[in-house]
Amino acid sequence: MYDFAYHKPKSMADALAALKKAADGKLLAGGMTLIPTLKQRLAQPSDVIDLAAIGELRGIKVDGNGVTVGAMTKHAEVAASADVAKAIPALAKLAANIGDGQVRNRGTIGGSLANSDPAADYPAAVLGLGATITTNERTIAADDFFKGLFETALKEGEIITSVTFPKPAKAAYMKFPNPASRYAMVGVFVAQTSSGPRVAVTGAGPCAFRVKAMEDALAKNWSADAVAGIKVPANGLNGDIHGSPEYRAHLVTVMAKRAVAAAG
Amino acid sequence: MGNVARIGERVRRTEDRRFLTGAGRYVDDLQLARCTYAYFLRSPHAHARIRSIDTSKAAAAPGVVAVFTGKDVADAKVGGLICGWVVKDKHGEPHKAPGHPAIALDTVRYVGDTVAMVIADTAAQARDAAEQIEVDYEVLPAVIDPAAAVAASAVQVHADVPGNLSYDWELGDKAAVDAAFARAAHITKLDLVNNRLVPNAMEPRAAAAEYDRGTGTYTLYTTSQNPHVTRLVLSAFVLGIPEHKLRVVAPDVGGGFGSKIFIYADETLVLWAAGKTGRAIKWTAERSESFMTDAHGRDHVTHAELALDKDGKFLALKVDTIANMGAYLSTFATAVPTYLYGTLLAGQYTTPAIHCNVRAVFTHTAPVDAYRGAGRPEATYLLETIVSKAAREMNIDPAELRKRNFIAAGAFPYQTPVALTYDSGNYTPILDQAMKLADYAGASERKAAAKAKGKLRGIGISSYIEACGLAPSAVVGSLGAGVGQWESAQLRFNPTGNLQILTGSHSHGQSHETTFAQIVSDKLGIPLDQIEVVHGDTAQVPFGMGSYGSRSLAVGGSAIMKAADKIIAKGKKIAAHLMEAAEADIVFENGAFKVTGTDKNVPLGQAVFSAYVPHNYPLDKLEPGMDENAFYDPSNFTYPSGTQICEVEVDPDTGGVEIVNFVAVDDFGNVVNPMIVEGQVHGGIAQGVGQALLEYTVYDKESGQLLSGSYMDYTMPRADNLPSFNLGYQVTPCPHNPLGVKGCGEAGAIAAPAAVMNAVRDALAQVGAQDRIEMPATPQRVWQAIHAH
Repeated sequence: MYDFAYHKPKSMADALAALKKAADGKLLAGGMTLIPTLKQRLAQPSDVIDLAAIGELRGIKVDGNGVTVGAMTKHAEVAASADVAKAIPALAKLAANIGDGQVRNRGTIGGSLANSDPAADYPAAVLGLGATITTNERTIAADDFFKGLFETALKEGEIITSVTFPKPAKAAYMKFPNPASRYAMVGVFVAQTSSGPRVAVTGAGPCAFRVKAMEDALAKNWSADAVAGIKVPANGLNGDIHGSPEYRAHLVTVMAKRAVAAAG
Repeated sequence: MGNVARIGERVRRTEDRRFLTGAGRYVDDLQLARCTYAYFLRSPHAHARIRSIDTSKAAAAPGVVAVFTGKDVADAKVGGLICGWVVKDKHGEPHKAPGHPAIALDTVRYVGDTVAMVIADTAAQARDAAEQIEVDYEVLPAVIDPAAAVAASAVQVHADVPGNLSYDWELGDKAAVDAAFARAAHITKLDLVNNRLVPNAMEPRAAAAEYDRGTGTYTLYTTSQNPHVTRLVLSAFVLGIPEHKLRVVAPDVGGGFGSKIFIYADETLVLWAAGKTGRAIKWTAERSESFMTDAHGRDHVTHAELALDKDGKFLALKVDTIANMGAYLSTFATAVPTYLYGTLLAGQYTTPAIHCNVRAVFTHTAPVDAYRGAGRPEATYLLETIVSKAAREMNIDPAELRKRNFIAAGAFPYQTPVALTYDSGNYTPILDQAMKLADYAGASERKAAAKAKGKLRGIGISSYIEACGLAPSAVVGSLGAGVGQWESAQLRFNPTGNLQILTGSHSHGQSHETTFAQIVSDKLGIPLDQIEVVHGDTAQVPFGMGSYGSRSLAVGGSAIMKAADKIIAKGKKIAAHLMEAAEADIVFENGAFKVTGTDKNVPLGQAVFSAYVPHNYPLDKLEPGMDENAFYDPSNFTYPSGTQICEVEVDPDTGGVEIVNFVAVDDFGNVVNPMIVEGQVHGGIAQGVGQALLEYTVYDKESGQLLSGSYMDYTMPRADNLPSFNLGYQVTPCPHNPLGVKGCGEAGAIAAPAAVMNAVRDALAQVGAQDRIEMPATPQRVWQAIHAH
């Protein structure tokens, strides 16, 4: 990697100050994407600001309405939380199946969402549960957050502080992993929420998206059969050596069916 | 002192403590004095002319010791890299081997081809400087696909190799084959792709070199499976350093699978530049460099036809293969799709007439060479696929069809129509045992049960043979090999009674340190912990041909046995003297020399001590010391055989393939350490499953970029891709080596692709998709096969 100035602030204020001062600063959360990118010399930031020492960004709070996860909370902590498992078991299970053990013990929810990798798991849960993303400046509804390939609603100098997931009546996540990377080639999160069913897809498109036709069908009839006949258009979906857009479109239906069945 | 180990015992690996506690010493662990670091600038293009290179900024960058380009290497009269096996084509002409400079001179021919070498005080400085090299490329069109490379209009990879054809080779009696096809009751036709594989040894290639200007001696530490061969090639062909002034050390090496047999540009340049700069130099490949520049494996496109009579007896086989050599001929590339492929096409069968034609072609891709199995997996995959296809077409059970055509147990030695003489084998009991272990009889019931829950189940058989224990030197010499393939061993006792086994074999995961010690412990009655196996250093071991082709135990172990016989013979003379008995009356049992019919004995340790402290010793007749060496040249190849049966369940909704059962029954001859053999079989099957289902090497057909150039896109087999293997053995000892062993290193990888794919095709046959799937049968490809209309 190229040289850069490394900062490890202890507070949000210091982090923001460091970011503001940097010519081309990058925030480091778990580093699951940034560190490999740096090692391959694909990025050359002037400053790297490590958020690991900011205590207020970590931790899980569960109340009757749902679950709030601090941005720097690691996947393994969400996976291991008995409170999360009780409130939103599908969320704990999703976290338990992100990457591998090393990734789960380094990677963070805030980092995953800010990066908006098209094949990340968390975006499906955030969108599927209608979560709210809190930053140092505001709150952003999940529906407004994911903008495109590695693109979010976050503005320059904005840092995610936590994510709040409302408790659904039921939910499940099913993923078909890329055989090589084990990222989601297609992951579908379905939830019966207070505002009706939500179906969110990751892996298939440039960023996580909802499938309204499936949501409408599930509103009428919550069953795997209800979504079995609904296909998303392949046009605009991702294609690579592991899966064409058509294959991914097909898998969205298969994974949606299985997720609805798993949610019960 | 520990225990004497016996042949056949499941002795724990003595090297495990070292490796598991991080105490291994690999090339990158070495700390050389005043060491510098090399970085290789590589071509980003598959095919381009280098208009100019400007290294001036790089040379002036901080920490830079030297920058070398192709011109520098050419000016220094460094020889090109060689191919050590000259295959003669069907007209008797030698293969076409275009020049292979260590650094490209004016044209780059694959993504990763070496363009410049930078040496600096730190690895980061070398890389920083390399980014300052300005190369002006004229990008040219590339040819990637081997079938496309033979087209008349194809882009030429080398101006002096018309039609991109290195050779057009044949084996077998074409007229006999044509005659047999003319009277066949049934002909099965098959088009098959054998996919390209990236070796992916856990330890990437590495080199560290230094030059001693006091003695004029060079030392190269490198990740080699055969350090003596590396020394020989670098001395005699490439760098001209006299052999006695070059020491090559291959210390602990983390896997090779063939890819570390070869002599590459990078290691060569590190050694050369160490002399040129007078500084120690180290280089360790990054993983992406391994993907781009390690010699890849397989990459065949084949059309084959099998002629059968009405009862399913094989009458003849004809095979037409295009084999991708990549951009240059790697060290042993030419032998792989010829003498390690065409000669194996009889398999376990009595097929009386076989003809095989192979065209070896150049493309703008990484060189292709031997990879675990080397030619034999290609032969087995082809043969076992066409046999199962014939069974399906003729509605004969595939196990039954195989049995009808097996060479009978009483027919050995058996001369095949493709040059080999099989020394031993007994195939039917192997298949029977495999069928029992796999509950073959219950397969159709399980298929029906799976269908009831929406899944497609299938079962597949692969009965393989391999020729290994490479190799009788006269035979391979007559076929074009540039080296002999014997092995050496030295048993060097110390006065205190412990000993070192110096072997020319090399262990890079095969457990020689345990197995070789075990055979000597058994033979000489010496506790295992009194034996040290020394390998991998040309300054210690007399000579060696290294480890590949499942040769270590069959050839290297045989040399050790020969040396042990010499130890016993000498010990008898010493013991006869000490006991004042006639030498003819001395027997060696349980580690001691005894006078027949008495209780007088001299333990081996006492004979050794006497040999080193010869105060009471027949010095008038016998030299002191106990240090014997032996060279062993095998009289034939060895022929391990076996049957694997794989059962899979396909999810038609996703195309996912799950292996639900995997049986392998092997005949490796005698087995020294069953635990280690099982480890070899497990690893081999994992690699075979990887080829069948997972490992997909993709070059972009236009740009020649390696799309599967990292683990994000190249699927390595992982534990959850594999079931628990169900293994069995049959033993017909090899009749021509002292241990009766055949070799086990490659069998798993040779047989598994056909077992898995025959199972996948059996599953897909339920929906008529059996002929629409190639390796690797990834979920997408299986789904597409099912849904193609």
